[in-house]
Amino acid sequence: MKEIKVLGSGCKNCETTARIITAQAERMGVAIRLEKVTDMAVILGYGVMSTPGVVVDGRVVHAGGLPGPDDVTAWLS
Amino acid sequence: MFYWFTELADALVFGLLGMDATTRAASALHFFIEDVAKIFFLLIVIVFLLGFFRSLVSAERARRMIGGQSPWRSYPLAVALGAVTPFCSCSSVPLFIGFLEAGIPLGVTMAFLITSPMINEVAVLMLASTMGWKMAAAYVVTGLVVGLAGGLVIAALKLEHHVEAYVWQIRMGQAALPEVDATWRGRLRYAAGQVREIVGRIWPYVLGGIGVGALLHGFVPEHFFLQYAGADNPWAVPVAVLAGIPLYSNATGVIPVAEALLAKGVPIGTALALMMSVAAISLPEMIILRKVIKLPLIAIFVAWLFVAFVVVGYLFNAWFA
Repeated sequence: MKEIKVLGSGCKNCETTARIITAQAERMGVAIRLEKVTDMAVILGYGVMSTPGVVVDGRVVHAGGLPGPDDVTAWLS
Repeated sequence: MFYWFTELADALVFGLLGMDATTRAASALHFFIEDVAKIFFLLIVIVFLLGFFRSLVSAERARRMIGGQSPWRSYPLAVALGAVTPFCSCSSVPLFIGFLEAGIPLGVTMAFLITSPMINEVAVLMLASTMGWKMAAAYVVTGLVVGLAGGLVIAALKLEHHVEAYVWQIRMGQAALPEVDATWRGRLRYAAGQVREIVGRIWPYVLGGIGVGALLHGFVPEHFFLQYAGADNPWAVPVAVLAGIPLYSNATGVIPVAEALLAKGVPIGTALALMMSVAAISLPEMIILRKVIKLPLIAIFVAWLFVAFVVVGYLFNAWFA
């Protein structure tokens, strides 16, 4: 079970990022628990200023802009 | 090289459709086809090239570079980095908090936040290729000056108490940021991703802008703009800035509109004032900023931009008359 957090204020790019990750996890058959974090204090607590950010199992793996499909595959495997 | 696009539009409108070149509809359609082909071609090439060379300029890096500098260095750095650092407007809240948390003064932070949406490097390169380097240089220089002076004004007014209280309490973590893939393959992939993301996000604005430009070009008679927006109407500039506020668009989307206006004889300062107002004073952006700053500071921010753009408009109209 991978713990994934999508950091963002709820803008379109953040929604899309969450959707890309969910879809890719389904395709790969990987169990994930995805949480959308909108609390600014928590987002900045991860040291991220450019959203959307992605945290996998407590580690920041992405900040700013949509992640590419290869990135998502790498996080999930 | 841009004659290709003119020839393409010629072939489609006059050749394939057999439209009469003297009609208004033909003129509008010609503008539309030529600009759609030209602007989307430029947009894709420019975003790809910038993405390739600029995978390393991030808001986090800008924060580290500006933090802890003396005012003599932090203001110029803030506007320069604001000009080259792209960030989605939904990041302006975390960015604002992150800057203040790093001890960067409010004035410097606002200088960065004003300059960044105003000077968009894609728009600068597109302006240069569609309307010439003079217009592009005018756009960059005024953007830098308006951002710098805006930051200094906000600093002089000592407005820190108009920042929401919770902002000062947030502590930013020291998360190691993800490594950027700096190999050739990684950069190419990043650049392609940027094209998908940026063009995918702004294409409706660009298409809308070209549509408005085409209608102005085809259907508005020459004397209309000379009469109402010509150099001898002192109200043209403030009205252009006011008109730009509700017309929220991406900076790239305004270029075809400005192109059509200039061709109709609207003076450069008036066109520039409209462009900057559309790109920098947007209601959605103000609503986002309301999460971190109180209304008086937002009002000062908007008033500053309004006055600055009007002054810029008059100055350029006078210089290039």
